[in-house]
Amino acid sequence: MLKRMDRNTLVFLAGSVLLILLVQVLISFNILNSFWLTILRIGGVMAIACLGLNLIYGFNGQFSLGQWGFFAIGAYAAADITYRWVNNHSADGLVVLTLGVLITGLVFVLLGRLLGRIRGLDALSAFSLYLIAAIAVGFLSVFIGQFLIGPVSGLLSLLPSAIGIQLVFFLSILVAGLLAAELSFLLGLPVLTLGSDYFGIATLAITVIVKVLLDNSDTLFGFVEMKGARGMIGIPKIGSWLWVSIFLLATIIVVRNLLQSSYGRAIVSVREDEIAAKAMGIDVANFKTLSFVLGSLMAGIAGALYAHINGFLHPNTFNFIKSFDILIIVVFGGLGSITGTIAAAFTWALVLEGFLRIWLPEGFETWRYVVYPILLLLMMLLRPKGLFGGYELPFLRHSMPALSLKPATAALSSQPEPIPASSEADSGSAPGITLSRDDAKSTTEGS
Amino acid sequence: MTMNPASTITPTPPSTDRERPVKLDIRSLTKFFGGLKAVSNVDLTLYQGNLVGLIGPNGAGKTTVFNMITGIYVPSEGDILFEGESVIGLPPHTINQMGIARTFQNIRLFPSLTVLDNVRIAYHPHAGYSMSDSIFRNRKYHEKEKELTERAQEFLSVFNLQDRQSEIARNLPYGEQRRLEIARALAAEPSLLLLDEPAAGMNPAESMALMDLIHFIRERFKLTILLIEHQMRVVMGICEQITVVDFGEVIARGNPEEIQNNPRVIEAYLGRGAAAMAMKHKRN
Repeated sequence: MLKRMDRNTLVFLAGSVLLILLVQVLISFNILNSFWLTILRIGGVMAIACLGLNLIYGFNGQFSLGQWGFFAIGAYAAADITYRWVNNHSADGLVVLTLGVLITGLVFVLLGRLLGRIRGLDALSAFSLYLIAAIAVGFLSVFIGQFLIGPVSGLLSLLPSAIGIQLVFFLSILVAGLLAAELSFLLGLPVLTLGSDYFGIATLAITVIVKVLLDNSDTLFGFVEMKGARGMIGIPKIGSWLWVSIFLLATIIVVRNLLQSSYGRAIVSVREDEIAAKAMGIDVANFKTLSFVLGSLMAGIAGALYAHINGFLHPNTFNFIKSFDILIIVVFGGLGSITGTIAAAFTWALVLEGFLRIWLPEGFETWRYVVYPILLLLMMLLRPKGLFGGYELPFLRHSMPALSLKPATAALSSQPEPIPASSEADSGSAPGITLSRDDAKSTTEGS
Repeated sequence: MTMNPASTITPTPPSTDRERPVKLDIRSLTKFFGGLKAVSNVDLTLYQGNLVGLIGPNGAGKTTVFNMITGIYVPSEGDILFEGESVIGLPPHTINQMGIARTFQNIRLFPSLTVLDNVRIAYHPHAGYSMSDSIFRNRKYHEKEKELTERAQEFLSVFNLQDRQSEIARNLPYGEQRRLEIARALAAEPSLLLLDEPAAGMNPAESMALMDLIHFIRERFKLTILLIEHQMRVVMGICEQITVVDFGEVIARGNPEEIQNNPRVIEAYLGRGAAAMAMKHKRN
């Protein structure tokens, strides 16, 4: 494993581990107070969500405003799991959601195989089938879940409570991410067939719908603990720096590894030219779905972490206006730039939550949204390609493979030079339609 | 104008072709765009190893035929059989993976990617590793990725582009972009290549080199080629068989010599008056 890693990879991994540990040490010795700690963690969370969006928008070229909606779904799903565990000492949320997510995943894969055989199945029919399957799985997992809740809760409470809660938290992050991913797959089926601008509006609708549903989560769905528009309180604040940084590091590595593979190149080719990609054997619909689902997975994970940093969730946080924050970070950092996205996410947290609150006098927080757009305007004018332009850290950069110097089977040693003398005379004449036989003859001789 | 229905013109493949398997069989292909009949009753048969030209004035429906073969448009009527299998209704990427690759009239590279990546993308269906292999970077990923890259570089070297591999495709000169597009099409490892005006915008010397190239790749990759071209010197120079379409209908078929002397072809290109004059000129 280590043998295959090149220097850049080792430097990057060692560097990030050192940085994570350094921050952790600073936290442990109380040098970083909780204010700065929150900013760092929020920065990390935003970086995860924005890397997801960059995958969708920057690399795959799909202008999406749905990221914030999936972020909200992840946040509420994970919060509900840990809330129930902490306050009701019951793993019911964990068991039912895990079951639901796993069975849905399985059913979706099987259904995908099955539907793949049908020629010319339209997106809406496929969507309906998947939706019916998902709803059925929902009921099924509640049904199966009721038998498992008791034993699983019992097993988990055998663990020391500190470890138990961390384990539940870790699982809740994964489940929240998968839930967001599966929902994005479902919603993406009809929506991804739209052209780019329409796709943006449709995904904005997703964010709006999620917000409205969350407003009514207690009355409409009976999730009393979510308290609807009053906001969910009592979520354990266990989203530590270590969790955030581990997930951020994992996200960076996954995104980088994916993008530097054939699959990543296929994703980018969709952004570059859809028709050409199709004609080159790239399943465009597939890769759009892939990047949308992966991006939403990251949004879900980020949301789960966010919920446990804040300890409080309110539907207004997931207002569609806020969904532009995430978009702006991605544009700020540069579309298709991993380094830029991470830097911009931390800068955003630092500037908006940090400096402006500290530097500006009391009550000036509202001015954030004046400073912010001005910064963005300047940015667009001065550095339209993003904070770092085309720069990437060496680890994240696409390395150009050396030429394998095989004996060049060069066919085209004949560049434009070898022109038969006979045709040179023709070159003056109009190159359009010359239906003369001589012309044709001379060219055959030339070859 | 009294036009014979196209179907009365029977395709006459040279006798040697008869033994070869049929590569592509287009049967009474028709495409409507609303009320406009863009392609009407086109028949075309390509035998293994053929190099067939599809010519006709602007707007005659040549590119529409290409788009139907490659699955970008679905025909209104008719059938397209590739190696005996109908491709109607299949998505473009499946058709490509069956072995039909194409280039575009107005070059459609992946403009902001490197030359190498352009070719590597086309090789994706043959990549041979799964997505989880790529995320975990296991040995299979490294091996297959190396193999894939070397293969792509081989394709580039065939087209003399190997020194340009790290260049951004958009920045290549025009002629090299054309060559790269053909290289990319071949990287999909097709058995049928559709070239849509490969010589467009090339000067005579460049088109000459292009003709050499087309001959070469046909031999080397054992291709069957269908070619749309406006430059008669290219069409007449390399095609064995030519099909002429005008207003979506086939108006003539034959070898280059027959086509050149066909009054309907001359008429389609130059207009009736000019055609009459040309005939008169010939008689004198």
